[in-house]
Amino acid sequence: MKHLLSTGDLSLSNAIRILDTAEEMSAVGEREVKKLPALRGRTVVNLFFEDSTRTRISFEAAAKRLSADVINFAAKGSSVSKGESLKDTAQTLSAMGADAVVIRHWASGAPHRLAATDWIDAAIINAGDGTHEHPTQALLDAFTMRRHWARLAGTDSQGTDLKGMRVAIAGDVLHSRVARSNVWLLRTLGAEVTLVAPPTLLPVGVDKWPCSVSYDLDQTLANGVDSVMMLRVQGERMNASFFPSTREYSRRWGFDNNRLRALDDLGMTDTIIMHPGPMNRGLEISAAAADSPRSTVLAQVRNGVSVRMAALYLLLSGDTREPAATRAPANAAAPSTKESN
Amino acid sequence: MAGNTATYLIQGAAILGGDPADLLVRDGIIAEIGHGLSADGATVIDAAGLVALPGMVDVHTHLREPGREDAETVETGTRAAALGGYTAVHAMANSTPVADTAGVVEQVYTLGQAAGWVDVRPVGAVTVGLAGEQLAELGAMADSRARVRMFSDDGICVHDPVLMRRALEYVKAFDGVVAQHAQEPRLTAGAQMNEGDVSAVLGLTGWPAVAEESIIARDVLLAQHVGSRLHVCHVSTAGSVEIIRWAKERGIDVTAEVTPHHLLLTDDLVRSYDPVFKVNPPLRTDADVQALRAGLADRTIDVVGTDHAPHPSEHKECEWAQAAMGMTGLETALSVVQHAMIETGLMTWADFARVTSTAAAKIGRLADQGRPLEAGEPANFILVDPAARWTVDPFKMATMGRNSPFKGRELPGKVVATFFRGHATVLDGALNTPHPDAAATPAGAA
Repeated sequence: MKHLLSTGDLSLSNAIRILDTAEEMSAVGEREVKKLPALRGRTVVNLFFEDSTRTRISFEAAAKRLSADVINFAAKGSSVSKGESLKDTAQTLSAMGADAVVIRHWASGAPHRLAATDWIDAAIINAGDGTHEHPTQALLDAFTMRRHWARLAGTDSQGTDLKGMRVAIAGDVLHSRVARSNVWLLRTLGAEVTLVAPPTLLPVGVDKWPCSVSYDLDQTLANGVDSVMMLRVQGERMNASFFPSTREYSRRWGFDNNRLRALDDLGMTDTIIMHPGPMNRGLEISAAAADSPRSTVLAQVRNGVSVRMAALYLLLSGDTREPAATRAPANAAAPSTKESN
Repeated sequence: MAGNTATYLIQGAAILGGDPADLLVRDGIIAEIGHGLSADGATVIDAAGLVALPGMVDVHTHLREPGREDAETVETGTRAAALGGYTAVHAMANSTPVADTAGVVEQVYTLGQAAGWVDVRPVGAVTVGLAGEQLAELGAMADSRARVRMFSDDGICVHDPVLMRRALEYVKAFDGVVAQHAQEPRLTAGAQMNEGDVSAVLGLTGWPAVAEESIIARDVLLAQHVGSRLHVCHVSTAGSVEIIRWAKERGIDVTAEVTPHHLLLTDDLVRSYDPVFKVNPPLRTDADVQALRAGLADRTIDVVGTDHAPHPSEHKECEWAQAAMGMTGLETALSVVQHAMIETGLMTWADFARVTSTAAAKIGRLADQGRPLEAGEPANFILVDPAARWTVDPFKMATMGRNSPFKGRELPGKVVATFFRGHATVLDGALNTPHPDAAATPAGAA
């Protein structure tokens, strides 16, 4: 692995290696001295073209726990209208000797541009690009789900996958980079994914994705589910007629108190409720659901640091034991980043 | 007017890919065509193995001048055209200032004459400033020295149905044609690529086929209603081909164009996020490519138009969403069409002459272009080596634009010579000299 751009080109073995490494990193976080010398002398740049304090500090904590030097570069705004281009920024960071660039960008594909051009030679980590992908979010979600799934099976999570786990991802799939990265990765790990959304918030072409699609959250819950992941929905989407009102959205697609009760009534005592944050309480998730013992929201945040430590460590330690070519066939619908013109 | 051109004897060229013959070019016309013609006083060109075709006519070129001379000028764009086998181009109106007055179209026309590489026929804007609110002075542009016959807001759709109706009606007064950029604006707000399987994965805002097809459907019905002439720019979807086929069956006076890139490339290339593949209308699916080829072969689509759209490198070396839309095309069109249409057995060289020259000249009402290769006709023709193979290198092109989506591809066919009004603008596959009449033309604004 040279870059981490998409979960679509992660092989099963590479995905499990990242998750296993993250388990080891997690142990570091529980020690009194939460620091490893692994990346001493290496420079990690957090290049953020879009505000995201949570993701930025998560990456910052991860890099610092590995003893890397961290530079935060907030380049918010349009690179063309506000001066410097992405190319110039990348070349500047290259000249400063960045070993890894963690990039968050509002434009889908911006991390791919950094990886595919000769503007910079650093390892590129996609920290969320437009409505495309957010691979470390999907990895931390998978990490959280794997711990839960292994605990239910009574095993250690090291080396395991998510075979047989039923995951529902509900909400604004159309605009969600989290949904895309999760669909590819969960499929690779053997989970069965159902997307639940209003038809307006599903992309044309979703029928080719390796998952099921439903318009009915209640039916999806009734069919049995081990994890329900609620996606953030922006109230402004209402103005573009994606749905009639926030109240109607909440009633039909939100995880409200009735649905929380339904899990109990259906006897699904082990089903977890996930959310990538930040949450719109009362819109896509009720306060009771967010705060219930089923909620893994805070565990996800905690696990994010471990997963990002693992990604930085594996990319910067130059570990190339397993070629990315051993891709899972389930990823056929996912994009290849190897392709060039 | 072309009295000071040299005399050429072209020996053994396959006329439209058929039987070989000699062509004697003198005083700007094809003086004789036959066998064993006398070489007396003529420069002899051995054309054995070469195909003679009428000079290509592009109905859709962006020359960028005036306004964006950092992207292209009339001089560089027409050099590229000559190298690509063109003897006439239609210069689109989206310059700065917009070509919406007699003054601007005469300026472009004069620049073309002064360059002397091809006939430059300016396209007039349909609406003032391409703003889609008020008709430009179409009559003044038609009556100007540029003799504008094609009007287009290309780049922007004339989406107001009443304005489109009026434009179609009005141009009947001077045998004009409205060339529509079919794109329903509300359905394509923020659109980045074809809406479909690939956009779903890439998270790029989709440009649905229906946004093109719904405008074409409306416009053919409007053209029928008011009895006018409609041209549809850069048709890109299978559904559009079907609608145009239906309209032609009903006798509606509609013509349509397809670009070389839509005949070959698909939206799969966007997976690279390389903005060299960003264009409007966007690259579509393989099913669309096949339908466009079939439509061009069965005459539903009349012509190939390049939509040559050069951009400075900084407008492509950036994020996909930031990048400008458009691709260069003048110097690759012949090869791409040969590859997509002739080598697939869908068309002959005679068909090629129709779609790249004859039909295009008819749409633009160019009397001296797209003529048969016969004695007494203006000597606008090209010699092509169909057996040549070459690898596309944008840095070796005459256009200032380096944004060729065919970069690195091996393509067939090479323009060996271009004759423009009896003068060889291209010889041995390289630029020769502009037409000698150009030197007598004062450059600059009219």
